Amino acid sequence: MTRTILTVDDSPSMRQMVATTLRRGGYTVVEAIDGVDALAHAGRHQDVCLVVTDQNMPRMDGLTLTRELRAQARHARTPILMLTTESSPRMKAAGKAAGLTGWMVKPFDPATLLAVVAKVLG
Amino acid sequence: MHGDDNDSDDRHDDVDFDMSEFLGLFVEEAREHLQEMEALLLALRVETVTPDELNRIFRAAHSIKGGSATFGLHGVTELAHVLESLLDLLRERRLVLTTDMVDALLRGSDMIGAQIGAHEGGPAVDPAEVARLCACIRGLADGGAAPVPAPAPAPAPTTVRAAPAARPIGVEGVAFGFFDDDDDDEEARDASGVEAEAGAMLRTAAATAAEVDPTSTSTASTRDSGSAGSAGSTATPAIPAAIDASKPAGVATSAAEAVPAAAVAAIAVAASPPASTTPASTAPPAAPVVASAPAAESSSIRVGVEKVDQIINLVGELVITQAMLAQGVQSVQGMESVEGGHARRLEMLRAGLEQLERNTRALQEAAMAMRMMPVSTVFHRFPRVVRDVAARLGKEVELKLVGEATELDKGLVERIVDPLTHLVRNSLDHGLEAPAERIARGKPLKGTLTLSASHQGGNVVIEVSDDGRGLDRERILAKARERGIVLGEHPSDAEVWGLIFEAGFSTAERLTEVSGRGVGMDVVRSNIVGLGGRVEIHSEAGVGTRMTVRLPLTLAILDGMSVACGGETFIVPLALIVESLRPARDAIRTLAGQGRVLQLRGRYLPLLSLRELLGLDAPAAAGEDPAAHGDGGDEEGIVIVIDSEETRLALRVDALLGQHQVVIKSLETHYRKVPGISGATIMGDGRVALILDAAGLGRLASRQRRERATAVPSAASAAPAAPVVAAAATPCGDSNRSMSCAIPAMADHAASGARPSHHPLPSAARPAP
Repeated sequence: MTRTILTVDDSPSMRQMVATTLRRGGYTVVEAIDGVDALAHAGRHQDVCLVVTDQNMPRMDGLTLTRELRAQARHARTPILMLTTESSPRMKAAGKAAGLTGWMVKPFDPATLLAVVAKVLG
Repeated sequence: MHGDDNDSDDRHDDVDFDMSEFLGLFVEEAREHLQEMEALLLALRVETVTPDELNRIFRAAHSIKGGSATFGLHGVTELAHVLESLLDLLRERRLVLTTDMVDALLRGSDMIGAQIGAHEGGPAVDPAEVARLCACIRGLADGGAAPVPAPAPAPAPTTVRAAPAARPIGVEGVAFGFFDDDDDDEEARDASGVEAEAGAMLRTAAATAAEVDPTSTSTASTRDSGSAGSAGSTATPAIPAAIDASKPAGVATSAAEAVPAAAVAAIAVAASPPASTTPASTAPPAAPVVASAPAAESSSIRVGVEKVDQIINLVGELVITQAMLAQGVQSVQGMESVEGGHARRLEMLRAGLEQLERNTRALQEAAMAMRMMPVSTVFHRFPRVVRDVAARLGKEVELKLVGEATELDKGLVERIVDPLTHLVRNSLDHGLEAPAERIARGKPLKGTLTLSASHQGGNVVIEVSDDGRGLDRERILAKARERGIVLGEHPSDAEVWGLIFEAGFSTAERLTEVSGRGVGMDVVRSNIVGLGGRVEIHSEAGVGTRMTVRLPLTLAILDGMSVACGGETFIVPLALIVESLRPARDAIRTLAGQGRVLQLRGRYLPLLSLRELLGLDAPAAAGEDPAAHGDGGDEEGIVIVIDSEETRLALRVDALLGQHQVVIKSLETHYRKVPGISGATIMGDGRVALILDAAGLGRLASRQRRERATAVPSAASAAPAAPVVAAAATPCGDSNRSMSCAIPAMADHAASGARPSHHPLPSAARPAP
C-alpha cells in the first residue's frame, strides 16, 4: 500500500512538479491549491501521512495551514514540510512556532525532495 | 491501488526528470500572473490602495519569482525578486506607494513578459535594460524608505533586501532543514545566527544522504534513495493525463486574453455552464488526483481552430443544399400540372423544408458561435494604452469600457486591435484637451474616453468616443481646399468628417509622438473596410467626437447584394454599399486623365462599368445587337456607390437582384487570386456568384485606364498594343475561366454530386424548371 502525501501550492506548475516528483517516487499524491483546500483534503483523505506545502498562497498561507492542522488531533504529529522561497531567520522561527517539521527552499531538486521525504517518513 | 511489483529500474531515471516538461505550464501561469499584476496596478489608486491589493500584486510577483527560479530563467528571477522586494515593503506599510512606483512596477511586469517571450523565441531582451530597471526599482525601494507611522525598526528595509541577497537562490546544501524539538537552542533569531544555521543545515543534508544510503556519494545516493522510495509503485501513465487534465481550465482564458498570438492555434470553446467539478478532478480515475484549478474558471474545452472551421464549412454547405432544395420545391410548386395528391405531398415537402431551414439556421449560428470571443480580449489592453499615452501627453483621462461581453469573430478580434488602438490614440491626442484648456472651458479636468461594443442588427458596433473639443469643420475644409479635394457647395458634416480618412489627410495635420506614427486615419479606414466593416464619425464642437466602427459578426458569412451584369450574378458586400441610383445623363462626364466620373452632390466619383472591367458580354436580356451597346448602352442599368478601401467609387451594373446572406468560399483555394474578386459563393440555384472586391476593382480600373492611355497612339486595337491590351483583358478571361474551373471543385466539395443536373456554369442558360 502506497503512502499518501498532500501537496499544497497555488501555482499549478510548482504543484505539478512536486506531485509528479512524489508520484515518481512511488507515493500517492493529493493536491490542494491553497490552505483552505488543503484542510478540506486533509479531512477527506484520512491516510495523509505527510504534507508538503507552499507558504505564500491566497486564502490561507502555509503557516496558518500548519497551525490549523496541528490543532487537529489526527494531524498533531503528521510531518509537515514547507517548500518556500523565504528562508529568513524570522520565517524559520515562525515556522518552528507553527509546528513545521522541516523546510526546503524553492527551487528544489527532485532527488533531494524525495530524499527528504524518505527521511521524514522513516 | 497500483501493482506493487513495478520494476523500479525503469523508474531509476524518471526521478531525475526533466523540469522542462513543466515549463509550458509555468509560462502560461506567469503570463496570467503578469496580466493580473497589470490589471491590479492599473486599477488601483495611489491614495486609496489597500493592503489586500498590494498583497495580491506581491503574490503574483512572488509566484513568478519562485517558478522562474525553478526553471532557470534567471533574468526573470532577478527582476521578479526586485519587484517582490519593493512590493513587500509596500504591503508591510514601510513604504508609501507613489505613481512612480506604479510606473516602475508596470515596466517591470512588461519586461518580465518580454523576457518570457524571449525565452519562447521572441526578440531578446537587453540585459543592460533589465539592470537599469532593477536599479531604478531598488532606488525607489531605498529612496522612499522613510519609515511610515508604524514604529518599524529603522534597519528593517535593509534586512528585507539583504535577506534574499544573502541566500542566492538555489544554493545546494542549504536546501532544506528540520526543526527538531531538542534543537531549540540553535534557533536563529537574528542575522548572526544564519551562518551557524546554514552549517547545521549542511550537516543535516549530509546526514540525510548518509542515512538513506551510506555507501554512495551524496548526489548519487539521493537519486538512489528516490528510486528506493519508489518501491511502492508509480502511476506513471496517469501523470501526463493528470497534467493535461489540469491544463484546460486554467489555460483557456489566459490563452484567449493574454496572448492572442499564441491563441491562434486553438480557441477555447465554452461548454455548458460552469460545472461544479473541474474537468481535472474527474479525468484520471486511476489515481485520486484532485488537481483543482483557479476558482474563476469556466467549463471549457480547447479545440483547434481548423476543427471549428471545418464544422462551419460543412454547415455552410448544408445551407447551400437547403437553399437548393427549397428552390427546387418552389419551382415544382409553380407548375400547373401539380394537382390532387401530389399537391398535398408537395405541401408536406415544403413544410419539412421550412423546418430544415430553421434547423440549418440554428446550426449555423451555433457553429459560428464557436468562433466568437468576447470583445474584452481586445479591450483589456486599452487601460494600459490610455494610461501611457495620457501620461505622455500630460492629460488626465478616465477610460470607460462598455459592453465588454459583446462577442465577435476570433478573426476580427485579432485584426481590429490595431485600428482601434489608432482611434484611441487619435482621441487622446487630438480629441481630448489638456487639463488647463478643459478647466478654461468649464469642463471637468479629467477627460473621458469611452470604448463601447454592442450588437446592432447583425453587426458588431465598436465606438470610441471622447468628451473633447470635437473636430474643427473649418480647419478640415481649409485643408481640403489646400489639397485640392473637391467638395460640393454645402457639404454635410458627415462628408466633412469623412475627409479625415482621405489618404495623407490626418498625418500631415500635426505630427506628434503619439498619433503621428506615419500611419494615417486612411489606413485605419482601409483596415476596417478590409474586414468588411466601415467607420463613421460624429462630432460636435466643444462636446466631443464619436468614431463608430461597424463590423460584420463573422468573416465566414457575408450580407451581400446580388447584382446582375452581363448575364452573370455578382455579390457586392452590403457593408460597402453607400447607395444605388439611376444617374441623370448629365451627371456623367468624362474628365481628362480620370476617365468617366459621376457627379454626385457636387463630388466627382470615378464611374466604373463592371461589364467593361471584367470584359463581360452585353446584357443578354436586352436582346439587342451587342454592337448597339457602346457608351450608349452603358448608360442603361443602375449605379451603386461603394466605399472601397482607398476611395468611394460608382459601379455600373445591369440590375440589382436582391439581398442575400452568402457563405464565403475562397477562390484562391479552389482556383487562384483574381483581381477585383474577393471570393465566391454558391447561390441557392447552384450557380456560382463571384464576390466583388471594391478596392480591387478600383485598382483594376486605374490599371486599365493607364494601359489604355499608353495604347492610344496605336489606335487601341492594333497589334503593338496587344501585350498591354492582353494584360488588361486578362481579368476578363480570368474571371470567366475561374468560374468554370472553380465550380467543379466547389460543387464536389459542396454537395458531393447532389447538384441539380443543369450545367452549373454561370454562362449557361438559367436552369429550366
